[in-house]
Amino acid sequence: MRLKTLIVGAAMASLVGSSALVSMAAAQDANYVPLFTYRTGPFASSGIPIANGMHDYFTMLNERDGGIGGVKVNVEECETGYDTKKGVECWETVKGKNPTVVGPWSTGTTLQVIPKAAVDKIPILSMAYGLSASAIGEKFPWVFNPPATYWDGLSIIFRYIGGKEGGLDKLKGKTIGFIFLESGYGREPLPLLNQLAKDYGFNVKEYSVAGKEMQDQSAQWLAVRRDRPDWMIMWGWGAMNPTAVKRASENGYPMDRFIGVWWSGGDDDARAGGQAAKGYLTLNFNGLGANYPAIQDIKKHVVDKGKSQVAAEKFAENLYNRGVYNSVLVAEAIRNAQKLSGKKVVSGEDVRRGLETLTITEARWKELGLPGFGAPITGVNCNDHNGHAPAYMQQWDGAKWVKISDWIAPMKDKVRPLLEKDADDYVTKNAGWPKRTEACDKAS
Amino acid sequence: MDLLYKIFIDPFLQMGGAPDLLIQTLWEGLVGGMLYALIALGFVLIFKASGVFNFAQGIMVVFAALTLVGLHATGIPAFVALALTVVVMFALAWTVERVVLRPLVNQPDIILFMATFGLTYFLIGFGELIFGGDPKVMITDELFLPKGRINIPAFGGVVSLQKLDIAAAIIATTMVAVLSVFFSKTRIGRALRAVADSHKAALSVGISLEQIWVIVWFAAGLVALVTGIMWGARSDVSFALEIIALKALPVLILGGFTSIPGAIVGGLIIGVGEKIAEFYWGPLIGGGTDSWFAFVIALIFLLFWPHGLFGEKIIERI
Repeated sequence: MRLKTLIVGAAMASLVGSSALVSMAAAQDANYVPLFTYRTGPFASSGIPIANGMHDYFTMLNERDGGIGGVKVNVEECETGYDTKKGVECWETVKGKNPTVVGPWSTGTTLQVIPKAAVDKIPILSMAYGLSASAIGEKFPWVFNPPATYWDGLSIIFRYIGGKEGGLDKLKGKTIGFIFLESGYGREPLPLLNQLAKDYGFNVKEYSVAGKEMQDQSAQWLAVRRDRPDWMIMWGWGAMNPTAVKRASENGYPMDRFIGVWWSGGDDDARAGGQAAKGYLTLNFNGLGANYPAIQDIKKHVVDKGKSQVAAEKFAENLYNRGVYNSVLVAEAIRNAQKLSGKKVVSGEDVRRGLETLTITEARWKELGLPGFGAPITGVNCNDHNGHAPAYMQQWDGAKWVKISDWIAPMKDKVRPLLEKDADDYVTKNAGWPKRTEACDKAS
Repeated sequence: MDLLYKIFIDPFLQMGGAPDLLIQTLWEGLVGGMLYALIALGFVLIFKASGVFNFAQGIMVVFAALTLVGLHATGIPAFVALALTVVVMFALAWTVERVVLRPLVNQPDIILFMATFGLTYFLIGFGELIFGGDPKVMITDELFLPKGRINIPAFGGVVSLQKLDIAAAIIATTMVAVLSVFFSKTRIGRALRAVADSHKAALSVGISLEQIWVIVWFAAGLVALVTGIMWGARSDVSFALEIIALKALPVLILGGFTSIPGAIVGGLIIGVGEKIAEFYWGPLIGGGTDSWFAFVIALIFLLFWPHGLFGEKIIERI
C-alpha cells in the first residue's frame, strides 16, 4: 500500500513538475505582460471593457503576428477589484516573473507601488491616471503616464470652456462645479483647479462623492441646484458616472455644460441616462468605434474565433478601445526595448528604456492599423514621461458617443511648473528618495 | 467667530431664505430614508429569525436585480421575468436553509454569521458567472415604473419630485406595512419570535425551524428584489449595488436589529439627517459628510438608547 502510494505520488509530482517546466520554458520564450484588471466589484462596470480591450489587442498580436518582434506576449490577468491592497498583492505576485511593465489601473495602487518600481526594476505605465507629477522623469525614472496627465485633462476642459465662453477671461466671477470620487484619483486635479481659479477669477464649488454614496448622490446634486454652477466638471469612476449623469438630467442641469474626464466617458456611463443624458460631454484620447483596420483584425483573429470575453454588442465601445490604446503603448514600448537591447525577450529594465523613447507619430498610428486613433505621441523623453498630448471632446447623442472637437492641446505652460513643484514636494516628503542613476538613451 | 456664524447661524438663514430647497432636501431625505429602511428590513427579518446578521443581504439585492434584468434580456416579458425572479428567490431561500443553515442548527451565532460571509462570496462568483460583471439598465419602462418629475411651485421656488421616487416611497411603505402585519399578527410571526429567542425551545413546542427559516429568507429575498429594482432604477444594476447594504448599518444601530418599525424610523432619521447635514453643513468641511454622518447620528442615539430606538432590551442574569 505504501509502495503504491509512493509510486502514485511520484508520478503525480513528476507530472506537475514537468508541466511547470513546460510552462516556465514557454514563459521564458515570451514577453510577460501582467494585466491588473477588475472584472469584479463595484468598479467592474469600468474595469471589464478596459480589461477586454487590453487582453484582445495582445491576443490579436499573438494570433496575427506571432507576438511582438517574433516573440509571443504572455498575458496574465491579476484581479484587483479596484482595491489598493489587492493591487499591491498583485504587484508582489508578478514581480518575480520578469514582468515587462505593470499598469496598476488604479491611482491608489499606483501611489503605493511607485516607491517599489525602482527597487524591483519594473516600469509602471499609469496611462493618463496616477500621480500627475510622475511625468517628471528626472524624479520618477520608472513611472510613465502618457498621453496626458489629469492636470492636462483639466486644462483641456478649460480650453474648451474658454472657447464656448468667448475666452478664459470671461470666466471671471463665474462658478465652476467639480464633482469627484472621494479618492486619490478624484482629488488629483484639485491643485490645478484652484490655481486656474486664482488665475482666471472664477469660483470653485467642490462636491465630493464617497464610494459608498456613488449610487445615491442626491445631496450633491441638490447642492448643485442651489449653487447653480455655470459649468460642471466630473472626475468619476465606476457606478459614480451613470448615477451622476442620471442625477444631472433629473435635476435639469444643462447636459452640454457637464463635462467628464476621459474616465467618465464609458458607453454604459451615459447609456444609463438614456435620451435624457443627450448632450453630456467628456474628454477622450482614443478613437471611437470599430472602423480601424487593427480593430477589425481583433474582431477577425480574436472575437470571431471565440478568444475574447467581450460581448458582441460591447465590442469597440469607448472603454474597450481605451484598453486597446493602453496595449498599443505597451507593445510599442516592448518593440523599442527589443531594438535598444538587441534582445527578443526583454526585461522591465529594457522596457523602461523603451517607454522613455516612446514615439507614435501620425504615420506610425497608420502603420499600426489605427489611423487617427490617437494624437501623435512625440513628447515623451527622459525628462518628460508624459508627453502632454492633446485630447478631444466627445458628446453623447442619446445612443452613442460622437467626436465634436479637434484635438485640443493642454496648457503645458500652466501644467508643467505645477508638475515640477509637485514632484519636488514628493521627493522632499519622501526622505531618501533616490536620485536618478538611469542613463538616458540617445533616441530619447 | 466667522466659523461659529457659519455653523450656528448661516445654515438656518439658508433654510429660511430658500424654503423650497429645505422642502426639497427633506423630500430627498425621506425618499432616501425609505430606501435605507427597505435595505435594513432585509437584515431585520433574518436577524429576528436566527439572531444572525446576514452579511449576504447586499449581494442578495444584486442577485435579485440581475436575475430580473437577465431573464428579461433573454426575451421573457417583464412581469413573467418578475414572477420567475420571485421563484428564484424562493429557491435561493430553500437552498440556503438546506445547505447552509440546517447543518448549523444550535451552533453559536458567530458560526452562522460566518456562513453568511461564505454565502456572499458564493453569490458574487455565481452571479458573475451567470450574468457577467457588466452593468445593466433596470427595466423601469417595462415594469411601468413612472418617469419624469412633478414640479410644484413653493415659496417662490420649485420643489421637484421625481415620479420614480414617489413610486419608491409608496412601494417601500406598502411593503414595510405588509411585512409588519405579517410578522406581528400572524401565527408565523409568533413562531418567528419564538425561533429568535431559542432554537431549542422553539423546536420543543413543535415549531418547524426549517419552515420558518425558508419563509424568512424568502421574505428577505423579496425585500432584496424590491430594493434592487428601486436602487437599480436610480442608478444601474451592477455589483456596485452591493455596497448600498452598508447604508443599513447605521439604520440598524439606530432602530434596533429586531424591530421592523425601528428599521423604518431609523431609515427616515438617517435619510433626512444625512441629507440636511450634507446640504447645509457639508460645504464647511469640503462635503462628503453623507458617508459618515449617518454613523454619528446612530452613535448619538446609542448614548441614550443602547439597544437602539426599538431594540429589545436584553437582560442577562449572571
